[in-house]
Amino acid sequence: MSQKKRFLYLEDGTVLEGFGFGSSDYKTGELVFTTAMNGYPESLTDPSYKGQILLITHPLVGNYGVPGLKSKDGIISNFESESIKAEGLVVSELTHGMKWNSSKSLDEWLKDNNIPGISGIDTRALTKKVREEGVMACIISDEEIEDAEARFKKSKNYDFSNLVGMVSPKEPVMHGSGNEVVVVVDFGVKHGILENLSDLGYRIIRVPYNYSAEEIMAFKPNGILYSNGPGNPNLLLKEAETFKRLLEYNIPTLAICLGHQIASMALGGEVRKMKFGHRAINKAVVDQMSKRSYITTHNHGYEVSKDALPEDSEIWFNSPDDDVVEGLRFKRMNLLTVQFHPEARPGTNDTRFIFNLFGGMVHGSL
Amino acid sequence: MARYKKILVVGSGPIKIGEAAEFDYSGSQALRALKEEGISTILINSNVATVQTTHSSADKVYLLPVTSEFIRIVIERERPEAIMIGFGGQSALNAGIDLSKDGTLAKYNVDLLGTKIIDIEKALGRSDFSKLMKAVKISVPPSASARSEDEALSAAKKIGFPLMVRVSFNLGGRGSSIVEDAEGLKGILKKAFAQSRVGEVLVEKYLEGWKEIEYEVVRDSFGNCAVVACIENLDPMGIHTGDSVAVTPSQTLDDYDYQRMRSVAIQVAEAINLIGECNVQFALDPKSSNFYVIETNPRMSRSSALASKATGYPLAYVSAKLALGYKLYELKNEISKATTACFEPSLDYITIKMPRWDINKFEGAEERIGSEMKSIGEVMAIGRSLEEAMQKAARMLDIGESGIVGGTLYHSDLSKEEAISAIKERKPYWFRYVAKALKEGATTEEISRESGISQFFVDKIKGMVELYEHFLNKEISAPDAKHLLSLGFSPLQLNLTKEISVKEIDTLAAEWPASSSYLYTAGSGIEDDIRPKGLSKLLVLGSGVFRIGVSVEFDYSSVAIAEEAKKHFDEVILLNCNPETVSTDWNKVGRLYFDEITAETVSSICDKEQASDIAIFSAGQTGNNLAKAISQRKIRIYGSDSDSIAHAEDRKKFSELLEKLGIGQPEWTDATSSTSIKRFIDEIGFPVLVRPSFILSGAAMKVANNMHELEEYLREAAIVSREHPVVISRFLKGCIEAELDCASDGKSILGVMLQHIEETGVHSGDSTIFTPANLENIIRYRMNEIALELARTLKIKGLFNIQFAIENGEPKVIELNLRASRSMPFSSKSLGINLVESAIKGINGKFEWDGFKEPEHRSIAVKSPQFSWSQLKGAYPHLSPEMKSTGESAALGRNFNDALLKSWLGVTGNKIPKKGILIYGRENRTELLRSTESLSGFTMLYTLESNPIPGCEQLTEAKAMNMLAGNEIDLVIGDGYMPDNDKKLRRLAVDLNIPLVLNGRLAERLSNAFVNSSISFDELREYW
Repeated sequence: MSQKKRFLYLEDGTVLEGFGFGSSDYKTGELVFTTAMNGYPESLTDPSYKGQILLITHPLVGNYGVPGLKSKDGIISNFESESIKAEGLVVSELTHGMKWNSSKSLDEWLKDNNIPGISGIDTRALTKKVREEGVMACIISDEEIEDAEARFKKSKNYDFSNLVGMVSPKEPVMHGSGNEVVVVVDFGVKHGILENLSDLGYRIIRVPYNYSAEEIMAFKPNGILYSNGPGNPNLLLKEAETFKRLLEYNIPTLAICLGHQIASMALGGEVRKMKFGHRAINKAVVDQMSKRSYITTHNHGYEVSKDALPEDSEIWFNSPDDDVVEGLRFKRMNLLTVQFHPEARPGTNDTRFIFNLFGGMVHGSL
Repeated sequence: MARYKKILVVGSGPIKIGEAAEFDYSGSQALRALKEEGISTILINSNVATVQTTHSSADKVYLLPVTSEFIRIVIERERPEAIMIGFGGQSALNAGIDLSKDGTLAKYNVDLLGTKIIDIEKALGRSDFSKLMKAVKISVPPSASARSEDEALSAAKKIGFPLMVRVSFNLGGRGSSIVEDAEGLKGILKKAFAQSRVGEVLVEKYLEGWKEIEYEVVRDSFGNCAVVACIENLDPMGIHTGDSVAVTPSQTLDDYDYQRMRSVAIQVAEAINLIGECNVQFALDPKSSNFYVIETNPRMSRSSALASKATGYPLAYVSAKLALGYKLYELKNEISKATTACFEPSLDYITIKMPRWDINKFEGAEERIGSEMKSIGEVMAIGRSLEEAMQKAARMLDIGESGIVGGTLYHSDLSKEEAISAIKERKPYWFRYVAKALKEGATTEEISRESGISQFFVDKIKGMVELYEHFLNKEISAPDAKHLLSLGFSPLQLNLTKEISVKEIDTLAAEWPASSSYLYTAGSGIEDDIRPKGLSKLLVLGSGVFRIGVSVEFDYSSVAIAEEAKKHFDEVILLNCNPETVSTDWNKVGRLYFDEITAETVSSICDKEQASDIAIFSAGQTGNNLAKAISQRKIRIYGSDSDSIAHAEDRKKFSELLEKLGIGQPEWTDATSSTSIKRFIDEIGFPVLVRPSFILSGAAMKVANNMHELEEYLREAAIVSREHPVVISRFLKGCIEAELDCASDGKSILGVMLQHIEETGVHSGDSTIFTPANLENIIRYRMNEIALELARTLKIKGLFNIQFAIENGEPKVIELNLRASRSMPFSSKSLGINLVESAIKGINGKFEWDGFKEPEHRSIAVKSPQFSWSQLKGAYPHLSPEMKSTGESAALGRNFNDALLKSWLGVTGNKIPKKGILIYGRENRTELLRSTESLSGFTMLYTLESNPIPGCEQLTEAKAMNMLAGNEIDLVIGDGYMPDNDKKLRRLAVDLNIPLVLNGRLAERLSNAFVNSSISFDELREYW
């Protein structure tokens, strides 16, 4: 019974004491949660969690350890990026389970990645707080802190920091060897997306998020994918401008999550912060044409306002729960955008067909 | 969407192993879903003890057998526009298939709602299903179907042993087996074929040690799907899911495996064109990502009831709405209110389901679990840690365990090897042996290997063992106590003081604000999800786990009390831990705690809720046993107080009271000294009845015929009722038994008198009971007078039941119970009164009459026991003072024969014999002889040469068994305990689904009814 003490400080003054695991690093970040009950290796490596400390609402985390990294052509099939992207992990209970394909325990993996974890937390109480008060900054620390308030004041506001810059590649990255080229404008793309593109047989070129339209067009793309990524979309005005410029070339484009928001801004849509973000893998979206529903993965605190939709668009998917815009279709453009994650990981395989639709557009344009 | 005005819902009939109260829950929910639409509902179900067979659930109730013949008549009378067969288990589904095939539904233009018959058949026919799966490229284990022994043997040769033999269209895994070789296969085939309504078995590769995983899928008629839950069995393949310990959500699956199986589950639902709900079972290799689909059930099931309670997603309700044509996302999430039913619940807690067995109540029954379900009930525990859920579940089972560790077996001198061999033999309640083996030094690898239980779970138990050993009998520091409480350790195990937080089940893991009233307690946590208001509150205790003697009838009372008490309290809170119940439907009761029914938890909840009163009389024996502990905690007991209860339950005090009041009772003595026992025996002789205090359903109540037996039974009784006296009384042999079900205000009584067909010595729960009683006025008057005297003396307020034996015209009191009785729903429904409603009136005020009142009967009501012998391999079917039945059926009639015949036919498996009756016996021979007289010319009559009845053709046991197997005998009547002569025969009869009548007096009445009866088919109200 000699577990190491560790503290979680919240911006609103709350201090919670728990037990430490993973590394002993001092970390700050925005506290967010996911209600996904498994898939912690995928979640923790998701670049969208850059700058954030992740709370998992299911009380046991670590039950099946962490697998060894599997990749083909540089595309990872069992993680969403090469390393843990979340800044820290908050759980009710850390477990030390292993299964036949585990290479290490969750605890060891966090240590290797210099990521601290804290357990013994009433994660339900904390989730309710985050839900009600909005995402807030927090600190994971082994030491008690006297001046937490001052530190929070000093620390950057996450709404205004360039998290995308931290997870986007500095140089183009190539994967695979197909004849057709898809350029992924990489705001922190999940490898699940890359794998789905690769399954369609494309050569993939990931470019830095701030590449210009000309730089992107230099690759002669048959298709373009605007990826997911961390942070506040309203900071990415320049990238929205690039998006608009690219539309002139009429290249088939799929935009996912942050990409969907950038696309909407580019076309005059309004993107706003939500009261209750979507942080789950259990949510329905309804295709407004076919009236079919699908269970999908969501991770967004911003939404495209349905009262200020981008020009020429119509709602493709909505959320039946709160009528949030979950996907857009465009009448005269070769463009599909989705707010949810068709690649899932973690999550269901219900909307993998989105990639096939994109594939259809790419082929149709040849 | 088609608009219906009138829909018939088919129930599942009496409770049997494999088909229990979960169908009362799902049927009640379906009825509610229809009612909301303004649809008029008709229900057919012979299970009188259910909530659904009340007019607050269904507009019309037909208390009739759930068979196609009876359903057809109801259709003719009622002309419903549609029928729902997915809410009454396999019984309803099978009856529905028959009605569709014989053209009834087409003839009367009745739409079958939900999944179509052709698709149901594809799902349930073992070979059709296997073909269908292959057609859609889903892998199933290597298997072949067989309709004869030769086919089965050649299939076995091709696939290779060991094999799992499965039966098509059955329930509870009945007839299934794991076989190691050809001989073993031959040995089980006859039963297996008999248990399939289509005479088909599936011979399948036995996936030893593979994990068993189950998904619950909902799908609307437009193809929209959601996978509501994933249940992981801790027991490996080969153990029936009903007998497995199961955790929700799954704990050892990664997202890759979880999602692949989830997608396949949806494909299965699509392949069978599911409309509504189904479960899909998988076998997953623990050493790779390989999996197979094992089976699907396109209907509400035990696991769907469990999944509903585990997730907060009301599957039956949603399923009924989908059958009406709604889209999944058009329905509201009933808990969050804000979101839709099109989602997959996220759980921020762990649930554990544990089965409850009563195998040791059945003489000769094999005490091991396997592919045939044997458990009689189950509990579900909710915790914020796996340990917490497991330890709570162990306590909820009410088998005397204080948690996973620290019980009697844990502290016994069982060796490591013995514990491991018990695990290998698959003894029930394996957690006890696992904990013991670990304590004695076994490694988790060893246990996991021998048991097939994932090491993850064994490690968790190991952790509990280590902590327990470390902290046993020690002072515990505050931080350590906090940790131990979070792992579900209780003050019964270690030096701890219980502290709880109250958490809500909201289906969304707090992602959205929810206004749920579905709660549980946790031993950890920094805040409560509730803010109690200063209201008057009543806490109603449910009856907990079902076991022999406590079943749906107590759930009926819990619900009735909760509904009635709403008139007198601002808020009614229900506490129960049984996922199979209606009382744990959070929509049915105001506020629900799904938690332990122990003194500690009850008082913690009362503290948190600031509840003023507590109702224990629907909690069966558990409630009464808690009475004292609760009253010491200064919570007011609603109704009769704990002193009155103790007076009735304490055999010695009660016998003394009867003596003082001059009320007749059998001669008795308390079993405190051997000299007094000897003097008593010298005086009255054997047989005597040994009766422990504070027990239910005759647990350890035994008839001793000699000194040796007496000593043995006294020892057993002392174990069952440690702190309370044991009484020995003269066994009243062959007397008429009668009872009174009463509601009292302390001065006056509303009562219903019931009479048993079987004589004293057959437990009342196993007896055929009828009302109005057919007793002389002077006897009736005396019984009523006794009831009044006891009610006034003991100041009984609320429900009570008295049992009498009538000896030489004098009613003698056998026992008094100050709580809802098993027969109470029957008594109420026989007359169209509500004893619970009156009881609550009696508690809160005064009746308008003075003295004893029994309303006038306008019809006859009969209730018959349902046995589950077939599921309990090796058990000797016979009747005794200890209860063995699992459920009941009832009917009302215009005359005695009418009611008796329908009631008896309402018992699953009973059929009027057409070919031959075997009749023999040692007891009630006059009645048996009279039976043969009535039956002469009705069918062929045979008797056994060991205990023959004159006038019938005598057979050896072997010959009789041949004739059973050859379908020449279709009813066996045998009275008396004579396993040496007829155990094999009785076993064969039950394995072949041939009805058994085990009492001569019943045989006589039944024979009469077979020969002359005109059956009435009226709605319940028409009999009142």
